[in-house]
Amino acid sequence: MDTLPSPSAPASRPGPGSFTARRRPDLFLVLCVLASVATVGTLLWMILEITHQSWPAIEKFGLAFLTNARWQPNREIFGVLPFLLGTGVTSLIAIILALPLGLAVAVFLSEDFLPPPVRQFIRFTVEMLAAIPSVVYGLWGIFVVIPLVQEFGRWAVVAFKGTPVLGSLFAAPAYGNSILTASLVLALMILPTITAISRSALVAVPGTLREGSYALGATRWETILRVLLPTAAPGIIAATILALGRAMGETMAVAMLIGNSPRFSGSLLSPGGTLAGLLANQFGEAQGLQVASLMYAALILMLLTLMVNIAGEAVLRYTQKRTAGIR
Amino acid sequence: MPAATTPPAAFLDSARSAGTCRRAIINRVLNVLCVGLALLTFVPLVSILFLLLKNGLPLFGWDIFTQLPPAAGQTGGGFGNAIVGTLLMVGLAIAIATPFGVLAAIYVNEYAPGSKLANAVRFVAKLLTGIPSIICGVFAYAIIVLATKQFSAWAGGFALAILILPTIILTAEQALLGVPKAYREASYGLGATNFQTIWRIVLPDALPAIMTGVMLAVARAAGETAPLIFTALFSQYWIRSLNEPTASLSVLIFNFSTLPFEHQVKMAWTASLVLVILVTGANVTAQLLFRKK
Repeated sequence: MDTLPSPSAPASRPGPGSFTARRRPDLFLVLCVLASVATVGTLLWMILEITHQSWPAIEKFGLAFLTNARWQPNREIFGVLPFLLGTGVTSLIAIILALPLGLAVAVFLSEDFLPPPVRQFIRFTVEMLAAIPSVVYGLWGIFVVIPLVQEFGRWAVVAFKGTPVLGSLFAAPAYGNSILTASLVLALMILPTITAISRSALVAVPGTLREGSYALGATRWETILRVLLPTAAPGIIAATILALGRAMGETMAVAMLIGNSPRFSGSLLSPGGTLAGLLANQFGEAQGLQVASLMYAALILMLLTLMVNIAGEAVLRYTQKRTAGIR
Repeated sequence: MPAATTPPAAFLDSARSAGTCRRAIINRVLNVLCVGLALLTFVPLVSILFLLLKNGLPLFGWDIFTQLPPAAGQTGGGFGNAIVGTLLMVGLAIAIATPFGVLAAIYVNEYAPGSKLANAVRFVAKLLTGIPSIICGVFAYAIIVLATKQFSAWAGGFALAILILPTIILTAEQALLGVPKAYREASYGLGATNFQTIWRIVLPDALPAIMTGVMLAVARAAGETAPLIFTALFSQYWIRSLNEPTASLSVLIFNFSTLPFEHQVKMAWTASLVLVILVTGANVTAQLLFRKK
């Protein structure tokens, strides 16, 4: 990359005749620079524009917006605490469910358990999961996951009654449109992200480490658990963080499944709401201060996901440096 | 990387000590557990595909392409306007995002690799991929819908354009990276300028890979709902201008899925089937283009 000619080199090359030919690249360069500036500008523009639109709400509610648990458009009282908690809890449960599954698939795809065609098939399955639109997950969730969760909820309410932690997590009444339903579908949706990034982290572990472990007499799983996974750990952490960012921003499936209640009860079986779901549900018909409050909620969601993604990218970059060092 | 080596079976067989035996058993158990977990991911996919076919196929026919959506409680009809709307807005998004994306990628990879602006472009593109799609909708709502006081295909197309811009930049950058350095050196050696080298040598060679990125962007944009629900909204009618609310497949699915009418719900499944075929088609085209390269 570093030996590529720099833009100034040909232009400064002395030579007769090709003056017009040398003018043209400058114009093209200007276009390329403009497109680059526009790209960088887009992100800043988004932040500024959304801040600008949410200004009335920022002025009125300030930071109390984050800690106020009431969202009552008819009384012009707006607080996003329930949605903030909903976003956090659904994403967290989705990660807890998807991480072991995603890791298993990643290990499976990077090891030679089964012949390549079978691995190819599993890989295709995961890619297919990534290609299914969010709204189709929502539709599927309505007809498959909601009845299952309802069934499970009825059982869990009875089974965990009186148990300290589980009792409050699975408190009655049990709904189908619930935090748990949304989390389950979210887990499925972030699975491809976790799998893809963890797999590339595992594949990047130098073969010599694996061979060294086998030479010392370790079994396959001793090698995986004590050598491969620890070496790939930063990459897996990056995968988890980036998947968390995806889960927080996922909108349609969640909006269709979570029940969209402006309350956070603490029970996984009751309806809730997320920031993204709130935006999807209310933007179309919002007026006045509600628009500003929704913009404020959008700003918070955007900044949260930006921070999560910057963290994920940073870990990923550190990982690449570290693995490069081992080799 | 050399092929992974498994510990020789003879070693495990001959080892008779209890510890080694236990280790071998743990190994087996984990093998099974891992395969089991991996196969578990297969269950939901099969379930989704099965239901798509089972619930979507009965209404699949010519009518869905030529008819308008049925009103609440009515039967018959189709969603031709939603298919047209989706294709139109995805087309708009591609038309807006591709020139910006490819030019930015050319800057990043050909003109000033490693420069501050190039690094900023790459960094911002990565961050934009992580921004929730609904935020693109909020942004388009703020600058187009609020300004024109009108839900429109333009607003929807713009929201999708922001959404796919990073995909196009990052894939185009990879495409340009894949062009052998020797091609550029040969071109410069013949006295070509930067522009001539990029335009006549680098871009034609990178074109299939760039098109792969564009098709991936089509797949991404076609399946998105969140950026459209309050920018393009929905419409019961055929589109007449880009300045009016426009139907799309994904918003139709969203709207119809919660209606209490069996026929409308069936139609949501059929629309899902069409959408998945569309998205998969775009993905497969992308793979084929990539393989050609």
